[in-house]
Amino acid sequence: MGENLQLNSEGKLKHFLTIEGLSKPLLIEILDLAESFVNTTDQRIKKIPLLRGKSIVNLFFEDSTRTRSTFELAAKRLSADVLSLSIATSSTSKGESLLDTIRNLEAMYVDMFVVRHGISGAAHFIAQHTAPHVSVINAGDGQHAHPTQAMLDMFTIRQVKKDFSSLRVAVVGDILHSRVARSNIQALNTLGVAEVRVIAPKTLLPAQVESMGVTVSHSLAEGLQDIDVIIMLRLQKERMTSALLPSESEYFKCFGLTEERLKIAKPDAIVMHPGPINRGVEIDSKVADGPQSVILKQVSNGVAVRMAIMAMAMQQQGAS
Amino acid sequence: MARILIENGRVIDPANKLDRLGSVYIADDKILSVIYKPNGFVPDEVIDARNKMVCPGFIDLSTRLREPGQSRKATFASETAAAAAAGITTMCLQPDTVPVIDARAVAELIKDQAEKTGYNQILPIGALTQKLEGNELSAMLALKDAGCVAVGNANRPIKNLLVLRRAMEYAASHDLLLIYRPNDHWLGNNGCVHEGAFSTRYGLPSIPDAAETIALAQCLELAELTGCRVHFGQLSSRRSVIRLHQAKKYGLRVSADVAIHQLHLTEDDIVPFDSAFHVLPPLRSKSDKAALCEGLANGTIDSICSDHQPHDLDAKLGAFPETEPGVSALETLLPLMLKLVTQKAITLEQGIAALTQKPAQILNIDLGALTPGFNADICIFDPEQEWQVNSYNWRSQGVNTPFWGQTFKGKVTHTLQAGKFIYNWTISV
Repeated sequence: MGENLQLNSEGKLKHFLTIEGLSKPLLIEILDLAESFVNTTDQRIKKIPLLRGKSIVNLFFEDSTRTRSTFELAAKRLSADVLSLSIATSSTSKGESLLDTIRNLEAMYVDMFVVRHGISGAAHFIAQHTAPHVSVINAGDGQHAHPTQAMLDMFTIRQVKKDFSSLRVAVVGDILHSRVARSNIQALNTLGVAEVRVIAPKTLLPAQVESMGVTVSHSLAEGLQDIDVIIMLRLQKERMTSALLPSESEYFKCFGLTEERLKIAKPDAIVMHPGPINRGVEIDSKVADGPQSVILKQVSNGVAVRMAIMAMAMQQQGAS
Repeated sequence: MARILIENGRVIDPANKLDRLGSVYIADDKILSVIYKPNGFVPDEVIDARNKMVCPGFIDLSTRLREPGQSRKATFASETAAAAAAGITTMCLQPDTVPVIDARAVAELIKDQAEKTGYNQILPIGALTQKLEGNELSAMLALKDAGCVAVGNANRPIKNLLVLRRAMEYAASHDLLLIYRPNDHWLGNNGCVHEGAFSTRYGLPSIPDAAETIALAQCLELAELTGCRVHFGQLSSRRSVIRLHQAKKYGLRVSADVAIHQLHLTEDDIVPFDSAFHVLPPLRSKSDKAALCEGLANGTIDSICSDHQPHDLDAKLGAFPETEPGVSALETLLPLMLKLVTQKAITLEQGIAALTQKPAQILNIDLGALTPGFNADICIFDPEQEWQVNSYNWRSQGVNTPFWGQTFKGKVTHTLQAGKFIYNWTISV
């Protein structure tokens, strides 16, 4: 199941649930296709008719602004019909199960679900139980995966750095709770970077994190040496109340990315963040808005990358 | 008088240090003689056990039959039928029924209902605390009088160590066994898988092995302080085995069991997000599994239980962390034990003892042996007979097993409960 679930019998993308189990050529294919769409989105007439007549439902069981709107835009630019539903708590509070929600929507002849859910494995579960002609795109499930974010991060890195093989990438912050971190680590390793380094206090690192193919540092000053790409992670407020950290200010003191600290990395290092940013908690405003930041570039690339993924997954539908 | 002769079988009875070809003689509900033919014995019925093994009926120290309260998942009728087909003649029922077994009336109701609808003997475990809330002591003496063989915490936390200490002191005053599932609720942190490479990779809430070993170590200290006899249920970690080994060497009156699936599966076997693998305690690492097998082989772990937890389909239908933990496990108990023998992890005698003699010793009951005068609880099985886990063969109402579809060796052909056939494969086929 797991990783094979997202490929059809010919090894083509059917669902997009996790980076795990996807090959380097497939990831490159996504990046290349996204690149062709970047030109489209720059034009005044942005629509292409690839998914005309297809119905896509954005199912967001968790709040999101950025991811949801870029998915919506991506679908619209591919000429699909889009329905966006925020089901934060409404249907579950009515006692409707996740499966019932899916079945009901399926009955409306939907072709694709874009799902965000607070529980790890929710997208897999939906993909397993949905009708065979329906594709599922994971827009973030619990602490497990956020593969479209990872792909847009890879896209942004490639735009600036061209080649992955020599890169040393630091992922800084709350690795333990981060689906972005997990998907990014898997994507970076699949694409063959020289090193992925995670930088965090022990309380924010999952057990045996080295098993994911990373090196570990507990100090930002040490960890940033020789780094080409810095991926900062958002720090949730509830980490303080659950005794993982003493305070925001202490966190900023140890792990906040300041102009000073940025100098430790390579001079041409880029700074990334999946958003939304906590200014003054994990990153200083001067860095977030500074010349080395590509944070807004990530957002713009989000549309093209999601277009590519949706188009590829939907293509398999037409073929099968 | 009904007289039954089971002949030509390989009679294995670890409690009586017996393993030889021969016969078992039964008169009414009791075992009359083993190997030696009683004078003038004329059987009413003869079972030919050629190429089969004949042993005491199995005693399962941890089951949930979902009655009372959750009969949508399973019933006494469905689960005792499954148990009978698995060679199990006695089952301990965990106290987390609905309502909880914390009062005489509930224990009596269960015994009564089980007798009416069930095939085998049900021994309720009383709740250690009222409603299993971990705050106040249950009426342990009344529970004992109503037929509870022990008191336990099921999977629920005890509020603090003072409550646990007092509960243990009180249980010890009435010579009640505590069946304790060690788990520090806070360290467990609502996890659903073992804390390690797997939980990290899939971003699943995790339970460190320390959640078990810390609770085990605390309870061992209190066992010494209070003199309470403790049986630890469903150990899952290597370090628990080490701690228990030390405690036994030191002379504490403690024992332990392990759920059969822990001896076969690890976190590496979990099909990602497949809720059939969602169990508590979670499937741990390879080294944990190896240590559990070794602990069973060297006697640190005394017995094997099924930790049977049948579920309805809905309970397992959802994203992994939101599904209910547990495996429907009665019917795979024997074949999985035999597989350990094939793998040379344990001897056949050890395996049978872990299902018969040892649990009887732990509960201090006259069962689990083919001793003349004991109830004729007997399991006859064909160790070579293959069968597949499928809807045709499966009897439990819960189909939640990670072994679904697999073919196993070892099939029970007859089960006798107090001299009565409660399962006869030759007829049911």
